[in-house]
Amino acid sequence: MSAEIADPVTGWGRTAPTAAARLVRPRSYEETVRAVRDCGTRGGIPRGLGRAYGDAAQNAGGSLIDMTALDRVVRVDAEAGTVACEAGISLQRLMEVLLPLGWFLPVTPGTRQVTVGGAIGSDIHGGNHPASGSFSRHVLSLDLLTSDGDIRTVVPGTPLFEATAGGMGLTGVILAATFRLHRVETSLMSVDTERASDLDDLMARLTASECRHRHRYSVGWLDLLASGSSLGRAVLTRGEHAPLAALSARSPARRQPLAFRPGRLPGAPSYVPEGLLGRTTVGLLNELWYRRAPRRRTGELQPISAFFHPLDGVPHWNRLYGRGGFVRYQFVVGDGQEEALIRIVRRIVRRGCPSLLALLKRFGVGDPGWLSFPMAGWTLSLDIPTGRTGLGPFLDELDEDVAAAGGRVCLAKDSRLRPELLAAMYPRLDEFRALRAELDPRGVFVSDLSRRLSI
Amino acid sequence: MKDAFGIPQSLLVLGGTSEIALATARRLIARRTRTVWLAGRASPQLDLAAEALRTQGADVHTVDFDALDPESHAEVLGKVFAEGDIDMTLLAFGVLGDQAHDEADPPAAVRVAQTNYTGAVSAGLVCAAAMQTQGHGSLVVLSSVAGERARRANFIYGSSKAGLDAFAQGLGDAMYGTGVHVMVVRPGFVRTRMTAGREETPLATTPEAVAAAVELGLRRRSETVWVPGALRVAMSLLRHLPRPLFRRLPV
Repeated sequence: MSAEIADPVTGWGRTAPTAAARLVRPRSYEETVRAVRDCGTRGGIPRGLGRAYGDAAQNAGGSLIDMTALDRVVRVDAEAGTVACEAGISLQRLMEVLLPLGWFLPVTPGTRQVTVGGAIGSDIHGGNHPASGSFSRHVLSLDLLTSDGDIRTVVPGTPLFEATAGGMGLTGVILAATFRLHRVETSLMSVDTERASDLDDLMARLTASECRHRHRYSVGWLDLLASGSSLGRAVLTRGEHAPLAALSARSPARRQPLAFRPGRLPGAPSYVPEGLLGRTTVGLLNELWYRRAPRRRTGELQPISAFFHPLDGVPHWNRLYGRGGFVRYQFVVGDGQEEALIRIVRRIVRRGCPSLLALLKRFGVGDPGWLSFPMAGWTLSLDIPTGRTGLGPFLDELDEDVAAAGGRVCLAKDSRLRPELLAAMYPRLDEFRALRAELDPRGVFVSDLSRRLSI
Repeated sequence: MKDAFGIPQSLLVLGGTSEIALATARRLIARRTRTVWLAGRASPQLDLAAEALRTQGADVHTVDFDALDPESHAEVLGKVFAEGDIDMTLLAFGVLGDQAHDEADPPAAVRVAQTNYTGAVSAGLVCAAAMQTQGHGSLVVLSSVAGERARRANFIYGSSKAGLDAFAQGLGDAMYGTGVHVMVVRPGFVRTRMTAGREETPLATTPEAVAAAVELGLRRRSETVWVPGALRVAMSLLRHLPRPLFRRLPV
């Protein structure tokens, strides 16, 4: 285990850098126990691959426990379809191990570069939420190191599990987890792509695809710079794991249907001028993206990496927003609040937020985690460079709209929510605080996020 | 903690009656700031300033702080930092002095230097150390264009600000990589009580404009901010003007 003075770190959005006093990278349970014991007065927080957009895995003046050395696969049950692994392993590594065995992760976000610990701590979701729920729903048990130095095996249905799922690392350090997998015959996706001419059209198509259940994954990419009659125009992609039968006999993929070899482009340069992704550039790119998409195409075969994680192909893509960084704003409003959603989208369009990656998805029934983000309804996420004038107050107004509609914003993305709104958005916050007060009376587990939002 | 736009939740103002500082505090309270510490010599003005900020909804405390008593700084400011993290310290105290009078009264001139420079050195070091311990924070130092090149009309004040400016730049470099951000703000002539009745220089500005520039600088994590921005160019020209010419300028 090595401890060192840490350089300032940020989340993936590259905003609000802070420096931890100690950066520790434990390689075993014992070393992790020691790291937690030696956290110091400003506490500690586990950090994985730093993909949370905001300050969830930062701890100014305290300890950062880098979990990425705890990255072993402990056991794969290829019959039952479960895997036991340490918390610091990335989803990328798991896919490399599991896909050749014919298994896939139950839930995957827009990147493979997250750890299993981070996936549970943020209770991540994917385009298959209506069918599969969030990541933690598939967890059978996890090992949690709590502030007293105990390692507890925690199973679903217990208060400690539901506080830890989506608990942003504030209940303790997840050391390992066992979870269920999803059976696949190939590493390809059968993808349907279609254009939606406006927001109503998109919402209707998303609702319809959910009813038919023919596709496990669906997501709508929105052009938020298009206004007027094409306001909310979108490209809708829906996918299902391709069965072996879908591969033609002559296809080279037929020989290795479970191959997993994601490609990589050169990374973004370390310096990018501020304002590169302004309205003109993004407007142009959005136009191209929309026009390039087929009006309707079914059954296209795509590799898993291209379908789920296109951005992983460009290392450091977050640098493209310039050194001021960007905000990833994601909110959910429940079913029946479609009007609120439409109102918010209209406001964003009127404002002219240059968002390159605005995604609208459906959520199924909410997950049991106390601070889990999903609830049955609609979720929209978008990226905006922080340099847009008046962006802060504008997002505050959106927060009000979201809260008034009974919705919430996602903590794994948040870097700017007003603390007063948190309790309204997360009704089980008080239970979470009470459990934490009992479990961690000295406040060992602290992050910049927990300080900022007084969690 | 600061948010994605660099707006602090807690603010410590050194020189709690400074108009620029209060304009900045008002602006930040309207955005995110909830806790404000106003440090200054105990006076009715300080209490009034605190009351005014309270009506905006902030939780405001006053602290008895004297720039001319550096011995007390560690203790007085230490107590503030012991109450909780300070996301931003605004070092705003300073006096203009009376150039004509002070030239004939050296002790008075020294008081200007002690307030603006040595007082700020002491308070700046104390705050920077405390922020380094917490691993984050912005130290915003109100310098002045007067420190960029000393003028005949106010070189006592100007030299004190020149010292402060150089100190703050060095401190910023010392803090690089520690999570602490030091930002030097160089306003031109600002219309306030302190400058009332004095002849304005070109590119004069207001406390509100300085506050807006501070907010922008926080977001960009700037190291130097000129208010108005055009002063950066103007001063860069003035700085290179030969002395005989500079002396003859009507500023």
